[in-house]
Amino acid sequence: MLARSLVPLTVVAVLFSGPAAAQGDAENGQKVFRKCTSCHQVGADAKDRVGPQLNGIFGRAAGAIEGYKYSKSMRRAGDDGLIWTLETLDAYIENPKALVSKTRMNFRGLDDPQDRADLLAFLRDYSDNPADIPEAEPTAEAHMLDPAILAIEGDAEYGAYLAGECTTCHQGDGADRGIPSITHWPTEDFVVAMHAYKSKLRPHPVMQMMAGRLADEEIAALAAYFKDLE
Amino acid sequence: MKLNRRVFLGSGAAVSAVLSAPAVFAAGHGKPRVVVVGGGAGGATAARYLAKDSKGAIDVMLIEPSRMYYTCFFSNLYLGGFKEMDDLGHSYGGLARGGVNVVHDWAVGVDRDAKTVALAGGGSVPYDKLILSPGIDFVDGAVEGWDISAQNAMPHAYKGGSQTELLKAQIAAMPQGGTFAMVAPPNPFRCPPGPYERVSMVAHYLKANNPTAKIIVADPKAKFSKQALFQEGWADRYAGMVDWIGEDFGGGNVAVDPGAMTLTIDGEETKVDVCNVIPAMKAGRIAELTGVTDGNWAPVNPNDMSSRVDGDVYVLGDASQQGDMPKSGFSANSQAKVCANAVRGALMGSSVFPARFSNTCWSLIDTDNGVKVGATYEATDEKIAKVDGFISNTGESADLRKATYEESEGWYAGITSDMFG
Repeated sequence: MLARSLVPLTVVAVLFSGPAAAQGDAENGQKVFRKCTSCHQVGADAKDRVGPQLNGIFGRAAGAIEGYKYSKSMRRAGDDGLIWTLETLDAYIENPKALVSKTRMNFRGLDDPQDRADLLAFLRDYSDNPADIPEAEPTAEAHMLDPAILAIEGDAEYGAYLAGECTTCHQGDGADRGIPSITHWPTEDFVVAMHAYKSKLRPHPVMQMMAGRLADEEIAALAAYFKDLE
Repeated sequence: MKLNRRVFLGSGAAVSAVLSAPAVFAAGHGKPRVVVVGGGAGGATAARYLAKDSKGAIDVMLIEPSRMYYTCFFSNLYLGGFKEMDDLGHSYGGLARGGVNVVHDWAVGVDRDAKTVALAGGGSVPYDKLILSPGIDFVDGAVEGWDISAQNAMPHAYKGGSQTELLKAQIAAMPQGGTFAMVAPPNPFRCPPGPYERVSMVAHYLKANNPTAKIIVADPKAKFSKQALFQEGWADRYAGMVDWIGEDFGGGNVAVDPGAMTLTIDGEETKVDVCNVIPAMKAGRIAELTGVTDGNWAPVNPNDMSSRVDGDVYVLGDASQQGDMPKSGFSANSQAKVCANAVRGALMGSSVFPARFSNTCWSLIDTDNGVKVGATYEATDEKIAKVDGFISNTGESADLRKATYEESEGWYAGITSDMFG
């Protein structure tokens, strides 16, 4: 269990920079959770409101609560195999769109790794299977992309060529039946999403493979191209 | 931190093109001329990208006899009742509107010295660069007792359109408890999972309409694409219906009699009601007539899909012999975009970026039960070589299989709009 869960963390550590946070403080996490309570409930009698209730979130597949109306993106992420773990929850609350592009969760994200660690320490008290979460590892890992990667100015002409690999599947007119639309995508969202596939934080074998061989400059080039695509 | 495109320049040809940019390389005439033969996944994509990206600076002609293109990919879904034939038809109007000169005629010969293509309708057209994307033809004598004159009695249905419609009608006319037989092809052939997706779709149809019918597959191969996934699906969904006879049991030793409707496997004759003969394949005949084939296929350079024997001729898709990529519509579309970038660079001095290829093949096993296999590829000195890949797993959840099928429908919409505009 421990060995298996360490593998993706190693990958993340190589590709995403930032210090690992210490074990979270659930008491402070309860305070951080106030940012969430306008939409989410947790604990006894918690119900789905604007957002789904968060009891038992650890180990649950994304988009799995019966009766709650998730976004198409979130349902698809669940079908693709996205499971809420320390790692994926941390990435999601840091920047929801990095993990699930068209999530309905209208939240700008928590930049502070310690706040995220604390929040997750609070939430894990409401999950049925805390044994699945090894005590020994930090409750949260920073996923912030190196600002230098976000600052790369992409070459749109190269991006246009590379985009040929995208448009075999993603429809140029922005339709999203079966496969998500990728037109009119803000640059930063595009870049973090591609890096999340590259690091295999986002599920989906085709996208992990396609993003896996894109260099930082190539991701920037694609972002520059898709930003201006009519 | 702006990227310097020059670092990408790979081949010598590309470097010389850029050093002399922005010269136009049309030998003694106005616009440079590209002739594309074959309007499928390779040819239509190459023509569309050349016209689109050159913004009219290259004269692009597409020679394709059919007025409507019926995709071979997804034709199995028509056999299974999931698609109508009209869903698979695409006109060339979008390419014409996009600036491609679409000529509905057969290319019947190529003079590589004069750089002209002869048309069946008379006359010939000149080219600076020729792109051949003719798909497949069948190897004469590959299945004893079968030739093209027998294709109505025993359809191949391995080129989209009328053959597929014929096969579907024959399956619908089978007597209750009748036998559908398939003679599967040897490697390499178009669409490696195609025969086995077809078996799945025929089984799906028969299970609903003729549940005591049997399916026999005579296969010259010991194993096939997505084998574990298909065999799991056949056992799970169509128990007892499919009998796959591989190389070990004489599946390669077959003969047919289209008059008597019999199939003989390893000396044992069986009366069948439908016999789908998919013979061994070779490059579409124009490739051979052009003199760019070696054996059954046309060897190409992996960096730009140019022929190994003539740098002004390019061969895309099924007809090419390039290395590790499967013969598929997705592969042809991927190769076409690399080729179009290189041809435009050679003719216009535009940037030539390094070749990169990919492929994914989706197959449908039963309603909402899709699987896929795919890989990325790069050009090495020797061939197009596989970099990375994945395949669906056995035992996947119903939700994932349904999402995979829906994804394949999205891909169909994506690739056909990438081909035809």
